[in-house]
Amino acid sequence: MATPRSTATRLLTNRAFLAVCLLATNVAVVVLAVLLISILWQGLGSLNWNFLTHAASRKPAEAGILAPLWGSVWVCTICGLVALPLGIGTAIYLEEFARKGRFTRIVQTNIMNLAGVPSIVYGILGLTAFARMFGAFGASAEDGGFAIGNEESLFYFKLPFGSSVLAGGLTLMLVILPIVIIATQEALRSVPKSLRSGALALGATPWQTVWGITLPAAIPGIMTGAILAMSRAIGESAPLLVVGAVLFVLNAPENLMSDFAVLPLQIFNWAGRPQDEFHAIAASAIIVQLVALLAFNGIAVFIRQKLQKPLQ
Amino acid sequence: MDETANVTTLPTTPAVRDIAALGRPKSTAARRFREQMIVGTLAIAATFSILVTTTIVIVLARETWGFFHFPDVSVGEFFGGLEWNPLLGSEKHFGIWPLVSGTLLVTVIAASFALPIGLVTSVYLSEYASPRVRATLKPTLEILAGIPTVVYGFFALTLITPLLQKISPAFGSYNAMSAGLATGIMILPIVCSLSEDALRAVPRSLRDGALALGGTKFDVSVKVVVPAALSGIVAAFLLAISRAIGETMIVALAAGGIAQITANPTAEVQTMTAYMVQIFLGDAPATGVEYKSSYAVAAMLFVMTFVLTMVGQYILRRFREEYE
Repeated sequence: MATPRSTATRLLTNRAFLAVCLLATNVAVVVLAVLLISILWQGLGSLNWNFLTHAASRKPAEAGILAPLWGSVWVCTICGLVALPLGIGTAIYLEEFARKGRFTRIVQTNIMNLAGVPSIVYGILGLTAFARMFGAFGASAEDGGFAIGNEESLFYFKLPFGSSVLAGGLTLMLVILPIVIIATQEALRSVPKSLRSGALALGATPWQTVWGITLPAAIPGIMTGAILAMSRAIGESAPLLVVGAVLFVLNAPENLMSDFAVLPLQIFNWAGRPQDEFHAIAASAIIVQLVALLAFNGIAVFIRQKLQKPLQ
Repeated sequence: MDETANVTTLPTTPAVRDIAALGRPKSTAARRFREQMIVGTLAIAATFSILVTTTIVIVLARETWGFFHFPDVSVGEFFGGLEWNPLLGSEKHFGIWPLVSGTLLVTVIAASFALPIGLVTSVYLSEYASPRVRATLKPTLEILAGIPTVVYGFFALTLITPLLQKISPAFGSYNAMSAGLATGIMILPIVCSLSEDALRAVPRSLRDGALALGGTKFDVSVKVVVPAALSGIVAAFLLAISRAIGETMIVALAAGGIAQITANPTAEVQTMTAYMVQIFLGDAPATGVEYKSSYAVAAMLFVMTFVLTMVGQYILRRFREEYE
């Protein structure tokens, strides 16, 4: 086995390792601080009310983020409305109802795999399945597909969806679905078995047990997971780029079939240009994005601390 | 007669009647039917995830198949070719290796930054840190984990690259090092939180035993706890690496657009994901060979991350040390 060493050497190693630990740990803190300071430094100057309420412009001084901001709101709302019920339903089925057999194991492994799929691959799936619908309705709504209403009406609907808000939202839904499922499963697993047994012993059916006992007990965990998944959704840009979000759009979406831009893609567009003026407004847009994100995280932390009662 | 009726017809008081109306007993058959409907709906939701995977595989396979049928393309060149220039030049070459090498270079830089630092941080968090230190460190890592990748791309472009250029003039305005470091920062919180989960799952008795034998805190952490949690740590590493491989916006902004085989971190490289961004941003016609090539690249990317995830899962299952 290991050669015996003097106590002094071992204590020294011990001390040195603690120093290494502190050093490494501080990397994360320092990086975060530098990142925030550099972005505030670059972006605060051009951040004002006009920036939030103006449409895009070729001139950096007049450009605003009105359209991408609303685009993000639309896309994330659609994404959440589909992903949360679907994800929570899947998790409830897997944890509370499914027999632990081959099918469940396959679904479980599959979900872990889906969580590891790069988001840009989901973009390709969204482009094929939602924006083009596998070509089943022709190349576009004008060319072989069909449409209800026109582009101005509130209930405009067309098949295939094209590069619309709806296609974007559904694509993001694919990205966050595994995250929602895994978070919900963990929340359900943390509910003590005794609560379920109690309900069942009183004569409740399995579904009554889930709806009346297990879900309410797991809600703080589920909501925390849901909010973190949504904060992933507002920052995601690669899949939307593939689906065909527009980089230069003047108006906020008006219906489910509108073209759209989203905030992270607007940042990408501005950051990719060589001029410093565009970098400055990219930094301003990042500040808006990070404020939204911090608000989301804040809500998650709040829920975790206020609602989570120890159950054991 | 009236009295007996009063006794048998329950409930009597209004309050009791309301409660009874709420939980009106249904026939067992009706209840069972309702239950089955609900569980059936949930099962359909669960099947959706399988549908997603199947569709991804089918779409990628079909389009890749179509790509291989173009006259400029051959399967042999795709997997063996060392040149990738679908857009420029008169002769198009579709050899995947320059894109794979670009991806691997960025990933190696990211991993050699994030894996050691992440592991040491997680050891500190789980073995050394006081509750107060944890209370500030964990939110810091959570914020880092939540920052959109496009922000890291911007950070790489406007801060890391200029800093690197100050250190050595060899760094171009786009380079693999800058993108790799930013990707490393991005995966750092993943490494930390997943490894910490693995470390914390090691039972206290192991630590107590090692301490009782006269081990220092270093001996306990590094020689007992880390080996005991090794399967979880390796799985965390693999997951982080697969995230780095699939990372898109950072490399699209900071790594550049020249597909070349190089191990030089100061050079401009194009990754698989950055190539896809280039194609989907550009105006390449949707039926052209360049456009279809992005599906083949996506298929390659999917296979790489899929294999990493599967290996991670296998390690977790196969080498998990069960205590208790």
